[in-house]
Amino acid sequence: MPAQTMISRRAVIRTMLGAGGGMILGFHLPDALAAAVAPKPWTTPTDGVEINAWLTIDGDGTVTIRVPHTEQGQGALTSVAMLIAEELDVPWDSIQVVFADMHRHVNEGEEYIVTSTHGSQLVREQHPHIMQAGASARERLKQAAANAWGIERGAVTARQGILSAGDRRAPYADFAAAAAEIALDEEPAIKTPDEWWLLGRPVPRLDARVKVDGSARFSIDARPEGLVYAAVKCCPVPWGRLVRYDFERVKERPGIIGAVEFRARPGRRDNSDLQDGVAIVADSWHRAKAALDDLPIEWDFGPDGEVSSATQAAKARELLEAPGEVSEASGGDALAMIRAAERVVSADYHRPYEAHARMEPINATVSATAARVDVWSPTQDQSTALLLAADQLGRDTRDVYVHTTFIGGAFGGNGGGATAVTRQAAEISRQIGRPVQVIWPREEDIVQDKQRPPVYARLSAALGEDGLPEALLSRSVVFTRDPLSIRLADRGVSDMPYRIPHRRHERHAAPAHVPTATHRAPGTNQNGFMVEQFADEMALAGGRDPLEWRLEMTQGMEPWQRVLLKLEEVAGFRTDLPRGRGMGIAVLEDHDSYCGACATVSVSRAGELTVEKVVLVMNSGYVINPRAAAEQMEGSVVWELSHALYGGLELEQGRFVNDNFDTYRLMRMPQVPEIEVHFALSEDGWWGGIGEPAGPPVPPAVANAVFFATGKRVRSTPIAKHDLRWT
Amino acid sequence: MPLTLDVNGRAHEVDVEPEMPLLWVLRETLGLTGTKYGCGIAQCGACTVHVDGQPVRSCSVPAASVAGRRITTIEGLSPDASHPVQQAWIEHTVPQCGYCQSGQIMAAAALLARSPDPSDAEIDAAMAGNLCRCGTYPRIRTAIHRAAELAKE
Repeated sequence: MPAQTMISRRAVIRTMLGAGGGMILGFHLPDALAAAVAPKPWTTPTDGVEINAWLTIDGDGTVTIRVPHTEQGQGALTSVAMLIAEELDVPWDSIQVVFADMHRHVNEGEEYIVTSTHGSQLVREQHPHIMQAGASARERLKQAAANAWGIERGAVTARQGILSAGDRRAPYADFAAAAAEIALDEEPAIKTPDEWWLLGRPVPRLDARVKVDGSARFSIDARPEGLVYAAVKCCPVPWGRLVRYDFERVKERPGIIGAVEFRARPGRRDNSDLQDGVAIVADSWHRAKAALDDLPIEWDFGPDGEVSSATQAAKARELLEAPGEVSEASGGDALAMIRAAERVVSADYHRPYEAHARMEPINATVSATAARVDVWSPTQDQSTALLLAADQLGRDTRDVYVHTTFIGGAFGGNGGGATAVTRQAAEISRQIGRPVQVIWPREEDIVQDKQRPPVYARLSAALGEDGLPEALLSRSVVFTRDPLSIRLADRGVSDMPYRIPHRRHERHAAPAHVPTATHRAPGTNQNGFMVEQFADEMALAGGRDPLEWRLEMTQGMEPWQRVLLKLEEVAGFRTDLPRGRGMGIAVLEDHDSYCGACATVSVSRAGELTVEKVVLVMNSGYVINPRAAAEQMEGSVVWELSHALYGGLELEQGRFVNDNFDTYRLMRMPQVPEIEVHFALSEDGWWGGIGEPAGPPVPPAVANAVFFATGKRVRSTPIAKHDLRWT
Repeated sequence: MPLTLDVNGRAHEVDVEPEMPLLWVLRETLGLTGTKYGCGIAQCGACTVHVDGQPVRSCSVPAASVAGRRITTIEGLSPDASHPVQQAWIEHTVPQCGYCQSGQIMAAAALLARSPDPSDAEIDAAMAGNLCRCGTYPRIRTAIHRAAELAKE
């Protein structure tokens, strides 16, 4: 979005000179402060002057930055604070951060533009309007000083919290109130990277301190007065029907308050819509959960109760033989060329369902009273939590207040409308007449998650006389009804960068009852494993070295070349390690960033796989905080390897067999490889994301390494289920 | 039946059924929300607390079984985040989302109490029960080594 458009929406400047802070409209300080963080001890900003929606300045110079995004571990609080501090030009230790008020955002003109926190886009796409807020504040401060000193604004310097001109000096705070009243004729342009003093430097995350002593508040920690607790169970076969349940069997137990049933509304199958289910409400969540476990419930699974991973696999085999919808095509008739070719490479790949399984189980707390509705919900878009609660209760959005807290992970699974939990909590609070906290038991959290969909794909290529591919056909099958999941079915495959003259990419969407949603690096996460192994298969079939092949096939593509050349420089990739050890590489684009990975593995003769080391090279255009970026990239390695090595949800009789961390295996400390992070930045005017793109190249790099170690191609996950023995 | 629990050096009389897991007494009855629910079956470690200095999964420990024993939660590890493990966690900005970190820190503190200079293999063994979806494991390892140094200073 052009910055100027945004600024014109904020033509009216608000001033808040609050005694006791309470005059900041709709801003619930106790909650905001409890959930907020600062590099220095909290001081209630009693005399904070609001320069614009994003920041206030206290009399002592403290700058309070209001962050409209959620902090789900990706560093939003630190990133937004850095972007504003860069422009405002204030000492980093004068910054404190609070979550912005969603009630104000929703009801008063959506002045934060974007509150949804997804798609690795906070810095990538939103840095212009966030930096603009800081630049605008700085120029207003300069203008206020210029007015007082009787000089031009251009003669005033604003640096590190001090306004100066000649012999005159004053802290920003002295002119904060005057600055808040100033409207500039023209908004300043934001800084260019060569002008940065803070961005680009390694800055420690602001929220580390409150996350080491139990004081950071998550949604699940909400404790409004009179709170009761609910455990929820929906039909284990998604969208199945609740026939009956026998509350009488548990209602006399200590602490049990009531039961609430949910019914799906006909024709409503969004991820945020209610499905049939039962909640038991009690004075303790453990009591509610124990009663729910013992509650006799009869479900009608319908025909979806016959679906299993095996029936899906059979359906996929059938569809892989039939032409699908063409998602991309270029050059001539790739299909005919492959049929006629002498040298053809073809391989079938598969990725299964995966759950988000964030450490904070899905939960929400709602207090619905006649006067107002209060909501705590760990979604990636806090304004959507407000809208969902208002919709479920039929209330005006002005009656609904959202209390933003930290979120215990999200990974694409907590999109604003990702689950019905906010509706569930709102409905229970209305029926019971008390504030209620709904927590999905971990088993519910996994089986009712909006999963990453299963994908089957066949890739085929015809090689020319030079050994390089001339034609390529991909056919992908995805099991979902979600239009976004369908569009992402061959993401990473249909847009692979390699110079192949004739290409045809097809996909089949096979309807399935299991709801699906985005999962960190959507599409690329499942398909990178396929396309980047197939790149190796094509290269080796043509007698080429995998790295040389990729360099040749991306010639002239600057961002890709930069990554591959850096990988060549730092990773020491080689294909001649002794049997039992291997190195593999992969490179993928995701969220406008280009990331390469080189994995080193060892495989014992008995078939035991150890991922020894992963080297990553990231080209995200720019990086505002290399320290936080490296942390995200390390975490991405663990995230993707968790699924590629161990994960995979099995569907039997319409429901998932794995339902907790004993059966849904994920990476733990002993399995974590050494991880090395490098940047190779184009710094050429485009910005890529950081939170997601580093994961997808890791599984194919590992699988390619396994091939060099054992001679075995591993074309499906979890890799741990494959027989990797060698002699 | 009332039980007396010694939590963070204070005696609390609570009236819960004996089989109520310690986790829910801490989070709901005593309002100590730093200890987290993650799985309910002692598989993720988010609920780790110390009982007489030993790390236990409070989601799977009946409250009655720890009556009269010395229970320490993340809130009681130090009064001011000054425990070497907490200091090392801040220095290395270990937490991302932070949800599992109370459990990670309690597991690490218990490890250092019995093995002041742990090897990587000891760290693997002690921390294998604590899941982290953000993937902070590399920094957890580094920070445990750093905490060992800090404890000696």
